[in-house]
Amino acid sequence: MAELNSNGRVVGIDLGTTNSLVATMEGDTPQVIPGVDGSNLVPSVVALDLIPGGGGRPTVTVGNSARKALIQTPERVIYSVKRLMGRGLEEIQDELKLFPFHLAQDVEAGEIPRIQLGELRFTPPEISAYILRQLKRNAERFFGAQVTQAVITVPAYFNDAQRQATKDAGRMAGLDVLRLVNEPTAAALAYGLDRAKEGTIAVYDLGGGTFDISILKLRDGIFEVQSTNGDTHLGGDDIDNLLLAIALNEIHAEHGVDLRLHPGAVQAVRKAAIEAKILLSSETAAHFDIELPNGDRYQREIPRDVFELLIEPVLKRTAGPCKQALADAGVTPEQIDEVVLVGGSTRIPAVRQLVDRLFHLSQRGKRPHTELNPDEVVALGAAVQADILAGASKSTEEMLLLDVTPLSLGIEALGGTVARIIQRNSTIPASATEHFTTGVDGQTNVAIHVLQGERELAADCRSLARFDLKGIPPMSAGLPRIEVKFLIDADGILHVSAREQRSGQAAQIEVKPTYGLTDEQVESMILDSFDNAEADFAKRLLIEARNEAETILAAVERAPQNPAWAALRGEEQAAIFAARDRLAEIKQGDDAAQIRNATLALDQSTRRFAELMMDAAVSSALRGKTMNDAGEEMTEAVTAPHAMAPAEFK
Amino acid sequence: MFKVLDSAVPIACWSCSIGHNDSTLFCPHCSKIQPPPGGDYFSVFGLEPKLNLDLSALEHEFHRLSRKLHPDRFARAEENEKQWSLADTALLNDAYRTLRDPILRTEYLLKLQGAELSADSESRSEKDARVPADLLEEVFDLNMQLEEMRAMRKMGESDESLEKTLAEAKQQFSGMLSAVDDELREAWRAWDQGDAAAQLESQKRMVALLDRRRYLSNLVRDVTETLGA
Repeated sequence: MAELNSNGRVVGIDLGTTNSLVATMEGDTPQVIPGVDGSNLVPSVVALDLIPGGGGRPTVTVGNSARKALIQTPERVIYSVKRLMGRGLEEIQDELKLFPFHLAQDVEAGEIPRIQLGELRFTPPEISAYILRQLKRNAERFFGAQVTQAVITVPAYFNDAQRQATKDAGRMAGLDVLRLVNEPTAAALAYGLDRAKEGTIAVYDLGGGTFDISILKLRDGIFEVQSTNGDTHLGGDDIDNLLLAIALNEIHAEHGVDLRLHPGAVQAVRKAAIEAKILLSSETAAHFDIELPNGDRYQREIPRDVFELLIEPVLKRTAGPCKQALADAGVTPEQIDEVVLVGGSTRIPAVRQLVDRLFHLSQRGKRPHTELNPDEVVALGAAVQADILAGASKSTEEMLLLDVTPLSLGIEALGGTVARIIQRNSTIPASATEHFTTGVDGQTNVAIHVLQGERELAADCRSLARFDLKGIPPMSAGLPRIEVKFLIDADGILHVSAREQRSGQAAQIEVKPTYGLTDEQVESMILDSFDNAEADFAKRLLIEARNEAETILAAVERAPQNPAWAALRGEEQAAIFAARDRLAEIKQGDDAAQIRNATLALDQSTRRFAELMMDAAVSSALRGKTMNDAGEEMTEAVTAPHAMAPAEFK
Repeated sequence: MFKVLDSAVPIACWSCSIGHNDSTLFCPHCSKIQPPPGGDYFSVFGLEPKLNLDLSALEHEFHRLSRKLHPDRFARAEENEKQWSLADTALLNDAYRTLRDPILRTEYLLKLQGAELSADSESRSEKDARVPADLLEEVFDLNMQLEEMRAMRKMGESDESLEKTLAEAKQQFSGMLSAVDDELREAWRAWDQGDAAAQLESQKRMVALLDRRRYLSNLVRDVTETLGA
């Protein structure tokens, strides 16, 4: 593993179900690094197309542009891949019904599922690697230097396989993952940075696809997690799916159209459902108004109280884990000094009411913390942890995070029961030593089945791995004494080592992870080495800068045809042309930073023009065109990846 | 995921080559991190094996050592120091988890002394099978009532007087549980302050008390679960 490069930056990455972000410490404050489109959030959406004659290599788009493709070519687009990370074929069947993409059919049970896109197939970590690579590039563009080391956040309730899959994805993207940090703990770090508080805090994290609750004790800069609980398949996605199901059923019943047969149309309704959900956090009602393929319109009002009734069962599923976490930490709701809300779904007023009830907040005159943007706080915390690991600054010098393992570790015992060897909520790194022996004379192998979970029977727990202790010297039954050491590292990932104590030799371990990739498989999936070579890197920065310059130049070239152009004053038009000419000249050179600055200058000069176009688009929408049409026109007129992008209709 | 760790303990410090006592986390001469020492959990905190511990001092020492040992502090280090930081911190965490909990601490000390405890891995039903003689009658009644309660719950019925009886039983057994805890603390004092003979006597008593305690706490848990369902 590469040593920590002293001037290399370590970035913090929130690899989310819905959105992903990359952040870094700037001085004493963590900040999110925006993408080329100026947006802090990179939608966790990947569009893959096969290049004809490209030798099997796909073109990859990640983020907002991939999200747009979701409606036109849903069969080419993958989203919410985090829900598939580290899971087996039989575990994800229910999940798959909701996705427009399909799995390869010929994958055998026990193998890692592969997503089939045309002739191409991808494992979930590969898809995540594309998202990570995009974030890596955004950071490199921001620093103007290579980034090879990262801290990546995972849901606290992720099991071993899900963690390992995330680490594999990092490696495929050319990132040395220095640490996996639990999302709620990262959020606590972000909040803890600017107030040296002591006390007990609860972090309630309801994201796009996962729910976590963590109880932490803060003291002298040490963030000691007391307990954690959650549900790795509970989040905003479930609320979207409820609204989506209602709309699809009503459209089928009232208009006789089964949209489920049209994946693109389903995604359009899904988008409308998400917009309605977001609106309902601030308004008392939202409307569905969707044009159907047969020309009919599906119109429906959703009052907030109806919405709240609908989502109540989903929200209630967060209460059990909260109570369990409190019990495991040995505290009552009254002993929680502060509650931190994380994840976009905590914007929903009904969620805040539930949290208020669970932790008796308003009756104690308290309010939950929402000062930091709930979409960004996890990435900010990841940047803080990255800074701790880099040992780079005074502001994080005294901070230390002590996290726990969310699930108990056990071994299958006789009769299919589970013998627990490391209890859930043990501070990590944690270890346990067990002794095994043989049952038959001359036996040279012992098979061990490792499980994760809280249930009494092995069949009800998550199978982590089976391994064989081999090369045991032949002895009478019960005589060999094999010591097996289980170690959960600071990432929450298990390591096993063994030795036969009588002969003193290390026993050989042959492992078959139940769900996961071998080292060789990960190696073969590493994305283009192009990303990692120093010379190539400088070249890539230059190519990217030129591409950005060309895009904005083309947009400015078309600008005079736009009706909004005439509304600009003469000197404004002249300023735009001057900035254009300067960029055109500098673009000939090969200084990426200069090209970028000139691009930004041109972008600045067109700001008022962009606003005028936006107004024109809105009024043309009022004249009977849909916002979407107007948006499409606008994006064609201005596709430049620069600050004009906010004019883009999303 | 799987790898064989080498835990060989050097006599001399790997860094400054000066010999040192192998039960230390840091070299007394050059302060560099050392491979996991061979001593017991008490020695990790520089403590003598005792059952009465100052928990806030223990926590303070845990935090102090965590700051020095944690893998977060070794992200820049060489591979061997990284591995030792991981192994040492695991040892520290295991030791803290065991010592801060009064029951785990007692069990650990008894095991160190070679006392035979009931196996941890035995299943719930096996544990339940050994009823302390003085409780036989009460436990028999209680189990009948629990069965009845569960059957009623299944049918969606309720019986206030049965609930009251069970709540009283819970209180009674919880009372016995805290009586056991008082006796345990008594035994701790005897062990901490006594001579070898007194310690041996105290150990026998603690083994019996732990068995009884485990039994009682399972009972209380069952009643709580049934009432709460």
